[in-house]
Amino acid sequence: MTAIARLSRKPWIWSWFAAFVVWFATILVTGGASTFGLSQAALTFAAFSIIVGIGQMFVITLGPGNIDLSVPATMTLAGTVALKLMDVDNAMIVPGLLVAVVIGIAVGIGNYALIKALRIPPIIATLSMSFIIQSTAIWTNRGLRIKPPSFLADFTTSSTLGIPNVAIIALVISLLAWFLLEKTIYGRWISAIGQSMPAARMAGIPVDGTRFATYVFCAVLASLAGYLLACFSGGAALNMGSEYLLMSIAVVVIGGTAVAGGDSNVPGIWGASLFMFLVVSMLNTYGLGAGIRLVMTGLIIISVILLAGGRQPGTR
Amino acid sequence: MNRRISADALRLAIPALSLTVLLAAVFWLQPRAMSYVGLNLLFNLAVPIALATIAQMLIMSVNDLDLSMGTFVSFVACVTATFLRDAPLVGVLILAGAVAVYSVLGVVIYLRNLPSIVVTLGMSFVWAGLAVLLLPSPGGQAPDWARALMTVKPPLVPMAIVASIAIAIVAHLVVMRSSLGVLIRGVGGNQRSVERAGWSVVATRAAAYGLAGIFAVLAGIALVGLTTSADANIALRYTLLSIAGVILGGGEFIGGRVSPVGAVIGALTLTLAGSFLSFLRISPDWQIGAQGAILIVVLALRLLLRRVEIREKGR
Repeated sequence: MTAIARLSRKPWIWSWFAAFVVWFATILVTGGASTFGLSQAALTFAAFSIIVGIGQMFVITLGPGNIDLSVPATMTLAGTVALKLMDVDNAMIVPGLLVAVVIGIAVGIGNYALIKALRIPPIIATLSMSFIIQSTAIWTNRGLRIKPPSFLADFTTSSTLGIPNVAIIALVISLLAWFLLEKTIYGRWISAIGQSMPAARMAGIPVDGTRFATYVFCAVLASLAGYLLACFSGGAALNMGSEYLLMSIAVVVIGGTAVAGGDSNVPGIWGASLFMFLVVSMLNTYGLGAGIRLVMTGLIIISVILLAGGRQPGTR
Repeated sequence: MNRRISADALRLAIPALSLTVLLAAVFWLQPRAMSYVGLNLLFNLAVPIALATIAQMLIMSVNDLDLSMGTFVSFVACVTATFLRDAPLVGVLILAGAVAVYSVLGVVIYLRNLPSIVVTLGMSFVWAGLAVLLLPSPGGQAPDWARALMTVKPPLVPMAIVASIAIAIVAHLVVMRSSLGVLIRGVGGNQRSVERAGWSVVATRAAAYGLAGIFAVLAGIALVGLTTSADANIALRYTLLSIAGVILGGGEFIGGRVSPVGAVIGALTLTLAGSFLSFLRISPDWQIGAQGAILIVVLALRLLLRRVEIREKGR
């Protein structure tokens, strides 16, 4: 009994529970026919939200007001530029990846420069930045759709031992994020800053350096996700990141990370990402129209939040 | 009389200055805009944006953020173009219901201690879904009275300007002068002290959200009055525009520090920035980017002004 009680107090358990319920409700309808396919599709599509969600989670952990709205634009720019550079050539995969990472670093630096130098609230700074990034992406892309190199296209769409490759990448990134968050001084620092920035500063924590690193980390993860998504979907499109703006925030919060900052967890991102994909596929399976599907998605998100509840202060 | 200016007036200085500069630049590029028709065309679309910005400002004054503003205004636009024209009574009931939902949201967010970002995010799906159900494809028709209201031609000053000033005055009276407005900003500033003073935080938040709902409904009706028909995606960009408008107008995310007049000016500035860029003949590729740059420049100016203010105080 104590084990269950302890488990139910974990903030991430609710998202896993919800994901499982939805998964079960879907295979009940299909009669278990497509259980494996559904699980595989869920892992594949959830992988992209997991990667951007982890970046967003680090930023949100920094405390109230910290959020990165430039995620979708960064994804688009990284995807477009990398594919343009690789130009269907398998030998250019590594340079393409490096360019994507460099774009991420540049965006992160730009974001934090605006926040720090101009004292603009992060939500507006990253929003203005995303306008500029988006324009750059339109300018470089010009509506061309370049195919990814064949090796990358195969790699991102196939699976190893039944697990989609992109999910494996997401797992590696998650383990890294978990290690950073729980086992390193950097992870302690961002939690401390999220709980109280003045206190963190007085404790001698390098607040600016830590926040800077976090915004860069988030932007790099977004550009990685853009790189993978562009290869997965057979080319970069200008609107390919748009749904990840709300998605990256939603998975963080449904996953049980405190919006007020200072308390985050990696497993919740997985549960929430799987849940978000499974809800849509469940409603699709039921054959509902687009309008009903949207309304149901919204109501389900709100009910999960209501059930998981606002955490009472003092409990973890 | 010394040169002491109140903090509120100073808060307005930068938004007003940036609007003036931008307007001067537009007139310089295109002198023909300096006319009754020209001004009306420049600021026409600012009216619904200004209303949505005031709605967002009310939510922000209780330290919350509404990420469903764009989809909600789209939903209202769809209701206006269908029910409000064909069956006014049903339409009014639906809109009243929507405002009530806003009030309930404000209460639920407080009682359950939920993050407003997520709840409104969830609601944005709901509003979008309802809008799609009402109007699966663009269509509908604006009620005649809404159309007449938005195209009325008052003497001397165009409707868009008159409407913006009216919105600013009404919002100012409600938020800055009424006791309800003081309470709402008080909840944003220090919830506990409002509670200890014997006021009901629940009722205040319900009122703030309800008022926001009413302004957002007006935004939707005004928008349909201008465009004559509606579409489920008609106002999606209002979410970010309204937040940017509040911030441009000198509002802040926390602490109940908002400025209704500033918010209207912020909305006008954002609308004008779009026209300015097209007058400059900037390649369409860079239009969005330039809008971002204008936002950054205005905020940088604000920082500069605040530095000056602090130095003045130090003397």
